[in-house]
Amino acid sequence: MIALTDIEMSFGELAVLKSVSLRIAEGSVTALIGPSGSGKSTLLRCVNLLEIPQAGALAIGEDRVTFAPGKRPERDAILRVRRQTGMVFQNFQLFPHRTALGNVMESLVAVLKWPEGKARARSLELLDKVGLADKAEAWPAQLSGGQQQRVAIARALAPAPKVLLCDEPTSALDPELAVEVVEVIAQLAREGTTMLMATHDLRLAANIAGEVAFLDGGHILETGPARALFAAPVQERTRQFISSLLTQ
Amino acid sequence: MNGSRAVPYWLELMLNSAAPLLWAALVFTVPLTLLSFALGLTLGFVVALIRLFGPKPLVAVMRFYVWIIRGTPLLVQLFLIFYGLPSIGIVLDAFPAALIGFTLNVGAYTSEIVRAVIGSIPNGQWEASYSIGMTWQQALRRTILPQALRVAVPPLSNSFISLVKDTSLAAAVTVPELFQAAQRIVATSYEPLIIYIEAALIYLALSSVLSALQVRLERHFSRYGGFVKASS
Repeated sequence: MIALTDIEMSFGELAVLKSVSLRIAEGSVTALIGPSGSGKSTLLRCVNLLEIPQAGALAIGEDRVTFAPGKRPERDAILRVRRQTGMVFQNFQLFPHRTALGNVMESLVAVLKWPEGKARARSLELLDKVGLADKAEAWPAQLSGGQQQRVAIARALAPAPKVLLCDEPTSALDPELAVEVVEVIAQLAREGTTMLMATHDLRLAANIAGEVAFLDGGHILETGPARALFAAPVQERTRQFISSLLTQ
Repeated sequence: MNGSRAVPYWLELMLNSAAPLLWAALVFTVPLTLLSFALGLTLGFVVALIRLFGPKPLVAVMRFYVWIIRGTPLLVQLFLIFYGLPSIGIVLDAFPAALIGFTLNVGAYTSEIVRAVIGSIPNGQWEASYSIGMTWQQALRRTILPQALRVAVPPLSNSFISLVKDTSLAAAVTVPELFQAAQRIVATSYEPLIIYIEAALIYLALSSVLSALQVRLERHFSRYGGFVKASS
């Protein structure tokens, strides 16, 4: 269970998240939808503390971090949270100086101090899972966007995080390449990987996610099971937004 | 002069002065270059890290240091260290004085290079490192520096090659390096054209070795191809 409680986050004068609370059950897939600038990415980035909120609390597994203005949580608390979360970025952010395999091994070798052989075996398994076992020795620059994003998913999964955070995982890909990433994420969902993803992609939000949260102007306006929310949104604003997604 | 000699006079003079010139290069120019580059690059790295990540007062100190060193002639700096400091009781031998001068100089220039190349690595690379649980130090060492180093090879090579030639200024503070050895030979042979050409050729050979090294390093670092594109 991951719980965000009354999260407040602002950049200078600009309040991006206003008292946001969200609970994510283990094994569930939650999609964050909402217009650009609604705070989806920021909310995701608060879960692994790439952004430190000014108020509220984050609970993940056994760990609980509370936030206060001007007070950064201690380093070890931040590292503990990060080591229980994996993140997939919109523009992949693979390490260009490491091979596909090297990218996936990095957290195991550098952070968890696994022996090389064990790290390699697990990383090869993960590359196989995302369908890239044959690209283990390729450099990121030699891979297509879809392949890079699948390596990035394997990299994020390597330390067995409690939750996989996906920030617009398909939006930098053309539709054909996005499909292979959607398929990998669908497979992870079937296997019970807990995921929280910010997305405009209806395949992810409506078909793969079980839960949907609609953000607008830094507030969560509506949450619910994906089917219900897409079929019959309660709020007028949600309905508007969903119809805009459908007409894309 | 004897016109029937098999070896022309200029060549004989060059061959005769080759030994003392090469000796001066080997014993003074090369060690002075290598030591001050190694120390200067270390200094430049620390200065760059402070300027990028350090507390404000220290950043100001580092900016002041870079401002002074870049804004004044190297020759004047060497004179201040070797001839000036004794006035306040700091007496240094010629070689250490030159070493300090060159190190401070290399430190200022390379700090700007290191600062620029670290800053050129996209912020997303830090975030990707943090997202897999790395500490700041791990991210710097394992993700940022290896990529920054690759970009840094050409500008750092520039500094290194400039330094080889700049060490000739050490002659002015009595270091018996290559150029001073040449001056001494000229003083007895009265053949400045031939001897200074010979000295120039030795500098050229030294910097050519560094250029070749640069090519090898660039090849090594380019093995992983271009930077990752945002989309295919």
